[in-house]
Amino acid sequence: MCGIAGILKFGGGKAERDQLCRMIATLRHRGPDANGIHICGAAGLAHARLSIIDLECGAQPMSTMDGRLSITFNGEIFNYIELREELVRKGHQFATRSDTEVILNAYREYGEDCVNHFNGQWSFGLWDNSEQLLFLSRDRAGVRPLFYTQAADRFLFASEIKALLACPEVTREFDPRGMDQLFTFWAPIPPRTVFKNISQLPPGHSLTVKDGRVTVKQFWAVPFVRESDARNGDEREAATELLRLLEDATRVRLRSDVPVGAYLSGGLDSSLTTALVRKIAGSRLRSFSITFADAEFDESSYQQEASAFLGTQHSNISCTRADIARVFPEVIRHTEQPVLRTAPVPMFLLSQLVHDSGFKVVLTGEGADEVLGGYDIFKEAKIRRFWARNLDSKWRPLLLKRMYPYLQDLQRQSAGNLKHFFRVDAEDAASPFFSHLPRWELTGRLKMLFSSDFRAAIGEYDAIGELSENLPAEFSSWPHFSQGQYLEATYFLPGYLLSSQGDRMAMAHSVEGRYPFLDYRVVEFAAKLPASLKMKVLDEKYLLKRASEGLVPDSIVRRVKQPYRAPDGRCFFEAGAPEYVKEALSPSEIEKNGIFDSSAVSALVNKYKAGKASSVKDDMALVGVLSTQLLAAQFTEQ
Amino acid sequence: MNQADIDRDIRKFLVDNFLFGRADKLRDDQSLLGTVIDSTGALELVTFLQEHFAIEVGDEDMVPENLDSVKSVVAYVAKKLAAKTSA
Repeated sequence: MCGIAGILKFGGGKAERDQLCRMIATLRHRGPDANGIHICGAAGLAHARLSIIDLECGAQPMSTMDGRLSITFNGEIFNYIELREELVRKGHQFATRSDTEVILNAYREYGEDCVNHFNGQWSFGLWDNSEQLLFLSRDRAGVRPLFYTQAADRFLFASEIKALLACPEVTREFDPRGMDQLFTFWAPIPPRTVFKNISQLPPGHSLTVKDGRVTVKQFWAVPFVRESDARNGDEREAATELLRLLEDATRVRLRSDVPVGAYLSGGLDSSLTTALVRKIAGSRLRSFSITFADAEFDESSYQQEASAFLGTQHSNISCTRADIARVFPEVIRHTEQPVLRTAPVPMFLLSQLVHDSGFKVVLTGEGADEVLGGYDIFKEAKIRRFWARNLDSKWRPLLLKRMYPYLQDLQRQSAGNLKHFFRVDAEDAASPFFSHLPRWELTGRLKMLFSSDFRAAIGEYDAIGELSENLPAEFSSWPHFSQGQYLEATYFLPGYLLSSQGDRMAMAHSVEGRYPFLDYRVVEFAAKLPASLKMKVLDEKYLLKRASEGLVPDSIVRRVKQPYRAPDGRCFFEAGAPEYVKEALSPSEIEKNGIFDSSAVSALVNKYKAGKASSVKDDMALVGVLSTQLLAAQFTEQ
Repeated sequence: MNQADIDRDIRKFLVDNFLFGRADKLRDDQSLLGTVIDSTGALELVTFLQEHFAIEVGDEDMVPENLDSVKSVVAYVAKKLAAKTSA
C-alpha cells in the first residue's frame, strides 16, 4: 500500500524531478517507509512506499531489467504467487519476490489485458518506453483511488487529489456539477470529482496516454444476469460454494510479510472474516473496533462476544462527540470531498489505533452488504414495490413500520403519509432508480442551501438524468434486486464507502484495508445468485447466514442488523466545541466561498444553537456545509 | 384568527424549519410529504399545530388530505378552529 504519482510531458523535454518530489511529498501518509522517483525522458514516476510484501527488494518505482517498462504501483495483487509461476513457465525472469514485478511481466506477456489476470486491489501507472505509452489501471471494485488531470503541456496522475494540486498549473476550483452529484448521490460519479478539471478513473477501467491522446476503457463490470439465467440448484450447495470462495478470498488476502489484523464491528460480515482467518492461519488474531460513548451507536457488547468466541486479542477505541468535532478538519483533508455524515471520523480514529498497535494491514467485512444483499435500502425497496402492486392494501404498509421499529415517528404515520414518505406509487415503481429515489430525493433537498450564483452555475443540469443515460444496456433485463445492487455497488461503494470511509481513513494512518467480500470471484458468484438467496422474503444476506452457521456465534447471525452510524451535527455545537466551527460557518466565510447561501446556513446554525435540529436532513445539511467549507479552506485557497 | 393569519404562521413554520429560510421554495399546491417534510417533520408540524393554534390533532387526522400542502393544512386548521369556536 502506497502513494503514487506521475507526469507525462507532451511537448518534449524531460519530466521534472522537483515537480515529482512536490507531488509525492503530499502522499507521505500513504507510504512512510521509503520513496523513490524514476524519470525516463518525458515520463516521470514517483512512489511513497508502505512496505508489506518483499520488504527488502520491493522498492519502487520498479523497472524491468531491459529498462523498457517502469511502474509505480499502489495496492496488492493477491494472486501474484500463482501468476509468477505461470509467467516463469512462459519464460519470464524475476529479480524480486514482489507483486510489483509480476505486474511488469504480466504486462509484457498480456499487454493491457494483464489486468484481467489480476485478483487484487490496485492502482498503478506503467510507462512503456518502447511504445512511448502510459498505462494506468484501477481495480474492479474501486478499492484504490486514482486521479488525473491535464494541465499546460502535461498529463498528471496520483493516488490523491492533493498531489495534483501540488502542481501550480493545476487550477483549484469546485466543479458545480460534481458538487450537484455529491449532494444527490453522496459522491461524484466518475470520471467527475468535486474539482473542475480533475478526473478519477472509474473502477474496473484502464487508461492509456499515447501521442497526447487519452483513452479510457472498461475492462470489467459486475456480471448481473436475468432472473431466468440465475444459478439453479440446491441452497446448501450454494452456501458451501460461497464459503469455499470466501475462504480462498481470505487466504490470499493473508499474503503479507507483515502481521495482518482485523476490524471486528460486532456484525456478521467482519465476524465471519475473522473466523475464516482463524480457520486458515490457526493463530490468535489481533482485532480492533470502535466503541461509542453514545449508547445508540455503540455495538461493543457484540464486539466482545465475537472476540471471545473467535479467541482474538481485541483492542478498541472509544469515540466521543468531542473527538468527532476535534479531528473533523483532518478527516476532510483526507476525504478530499464533502461528506454528509460524520461516519468516516471513527474510521479515522480506528486506523490510528491499528497504526499505534504496530499493524499495517487489516481485513474487514466491507462489501458483504452490497454483494450479498444486506442493506436496508434493498429490503425497503422490496417492501415498497410489494406495496405498489396493491396500493390499497391495509397491511402492506405495516411492513415498513415493522422494518424500522426504532423510528418512533414512523410508527404514528397513516398509510397515506407513508406512501408519500417512501414514494410508493405506480409511476415511481416503473423508474430504474426506484430503490434509490427516496435517498437521492432526501439528499437532493440539501441543494436548497446552495447560493443563487452556485445554482446558476449548475443550471439545468440533471444528475439523475445523466445517470439514466449511462446505465448499461442490459440493466432493464436484470431483476429489481440486482438493479438496486448495481446502483449501490457502482456509485455509493467506491465513491463513498471505499474512499471517504475506507481507503482515505485507513491510509491517513498508513493502514491497508483488505476486503475478502470484494474478491471478484465472490462478486461474480453472488451476481448470478437468484435474488431469493440474497434476501429470502425479508431475511437479508440469507445465503451468507447459512454459510456462516457454526463459524460465527448464533446470536450474531440472528441479531437485527444495525447500520453503522456516528453522532452527527450536534457534535459541533456542544460546550467547548472547537473554534473553527464558528469561523467556517460564519456568514463572511460562507459568502467568501460562494457555494452556500449565508442566510440559509445561518437559519440552519441557529436551529442547532437552539437545540431544535433533529432530522436526518438537518444533520446531513450541517455536516455537508461544514465539510465543504473546510475543503474549500484546505484545497481551493492558494 | 383569520385564514390569512393561519396561512402566514404555517408558512413561516415550514420555511424556518424545513426549507432553511428559503420562502421561494414553498409553493401553494406542492406536495409537502416526502418532499419538504419527512416522518419526523410531519410530527413536528402536528406538534406545532397543536401548540400554536391550540387544537387537538388525532392520529386519524394525520393523513395526506390534511397535511400534504399548505392549502390543505390551512383548511384543516381553519376547520378545527371553527369547530372549537362553535362548540
